[in-house]
Amino acid sequence: MDETEVPDAVPHGRLVVIVDNLHVTYRVFAGGRAATGAGARSGLLSKARGVRSVLALRGVSFRAYENESIGVIGSNGSGKSTLMRALTGLTAPSQGAVYASSRPNLLGVGAALIPELSGGHNILLGGLALGFSKKEIAELRDDIIEFAGLEKSIDFPMRTYSSGMQAKLKFSIAASKQHEILIVDEALAVGDKHFRAKSEARIREMRANAGTIFLVSHSMKSIRDTCNRTIWINEGVLEMDGDTESVVAAYEASKK
Amino acid sequence: MSVADQAAAAGLHRVGARPALWPYLRQTWDRRDFAVAMARFRIEAGYSSNRLGALWMVLRPTLNALIYGSIFGIMQGSNMPSDYPAFIVIGVFLFEFFSQSMTNGATSITRNRALVQSLAFPRMALPTAVVIQQFLSLVPMLGVMVVALVILGDYPTWSWLLMIPLVAVFSLFNFGVALVSARLTVHLRDLTQLLPFISRLLFYTSGVLFDVDRILARWPWLVTAYDFHPIYQVLSLARAVLMGSREVDPMFWVYLTGWSVLTLVLGVLFFWAAEERYGRD
Repeated sequence: MDETEVPDAVPHGRLVVIVDNLHVTYRVFAGGRAATGAGARSGLLSKARGVRSVLALRGVSFRAYENESIGVIGSNGSGKSTLMRALTGLTAPSQGAVYASSRPNLLGVGAALIPELSGGHNILLGGLALGFSKKEIAELRDDIIEFAGLEKSIDFPMRTYSSGMQAKLKFSIAASKQHEILIVDEALAVGDKHFRAKSEARIREMRANAGTIFLVSHSMKSIRDTCNRTIWINEGVLEMDGDTESVVAAYEASKK
Repeated sequence: MSVADQAAAAGLHRVGARPALWPYLRQTWDRRDFAVAMARFRIEAGYSSNRLGALWMVLRPTLNALIYGSIFGIMQGSNMPSDYPAFIVIGVFLFEFFSQSMTNGATSITRNRALVQSLAFPRMALPTAVVIQQFLSLVPMLGVMVVALVILGDYPTWSWLLMIPLVAVFSLFNFGVALVSARLTVHLRDLTQLLPFISRLLFYTSGVLFDVDRILARWPWLVTAYDFHPIYQVLSLARAVLMGSREVDPMFWVYLTGWSVLTLVLGVLFFWAAEERYGRD
């Protein structure tokens, strides 16, 4: 076969993720009168005290291959984020399972950082949380600071940063780690226009190096720019799965 | 061919599956720098907005010892041991290590929900960080304790070095307790409300403030039962090591080591068994 004819999305590289009939049910403690319902006996020892089940995913199945970048679209509350969290293993399936060649990772490190600490200490803490060794962080440190553009304020406590500066720092730390299977949840655009362009370029670079990338976004433009395959989740089921153009077109048509 | 078989054939593993015990412990060990950094930085962050800063690490327990010492010293009247000030300083300072490990260990998973839900690492790193943090807080307190003892007339001897193995064994015990309380709180959030009371109950019943032999002399069986009370054992051993006026049954070392190893092993197994549950609520 002529090499130029191989499309960008070779649909069958090495199999890296199997999502098999995935169901996720959230049990939530709903407050208020409506939650208990008429006639429902509620008491301290009753297990059903105001508990309601929310079916976030109802039987999603698909397979992902190496070198695919997969857009995940759907309206708010459709189950996109739940699907991504189930992919990383951070949300337990109530039925079905997710299999992967290595643990999929969310792009993000914000939760590990401590606002009272200086930016420099947070780079160390965030790096360790991502699984780097101290030595690796020492090597990456200057790049992270430079990428975030925080050379002047790196010794100040992170809480004194503007929200844009904090977002830049978090992105720069998180993006320093290379992942085999990466999940980016609407994180494409942080900070000002200049940094946004820089971070988008960085994500493209990560996409090139990562085996497989999932991008959750409401921006059809970034989905079109980044993804060669798209999954449309609607009310917890997989509405459509295919090449980005046709899925996005169908999604946009449904919105009208 | 089932999907699970196909996954296995393609070299895929179920995501979020709990590793076997040894690999799990090894992964936790690999994250030791992370646990130490969390412990160190949390201490730093915790005091950064106070004017006296990290001085509060020693001021708080010192004030505690002063208040409890004077109130319970007066209340005990003639039952008060003559070496009471040193007795109370050792009791209050060491008990703090235990109670903080237990209560902060209990919330180590639930308080860090966002972290647990966004990054994959062995969750045991979190209670580990708590115990390291409490250990690091104990070190300056031990310094203050030495100063207080010298002022009160107990001078350092070579036997004081026995505090090193004692604190080591005590740390293992506290680690085990922190692991158990961390998992229990995940199942039963109400425990965070209850633990301060449990902690206070143990404070009053572990011989921190009073001499068990004297106060409970009327109930000899109860005094005997105290010989098997791990926190009482720690305090008795520390007092015997540091104070010239105290002695202890050397068997206490054996009992305490047994308790600590048992608590740690149970804690590790108990915590590891629920690894898949943490952050998934």
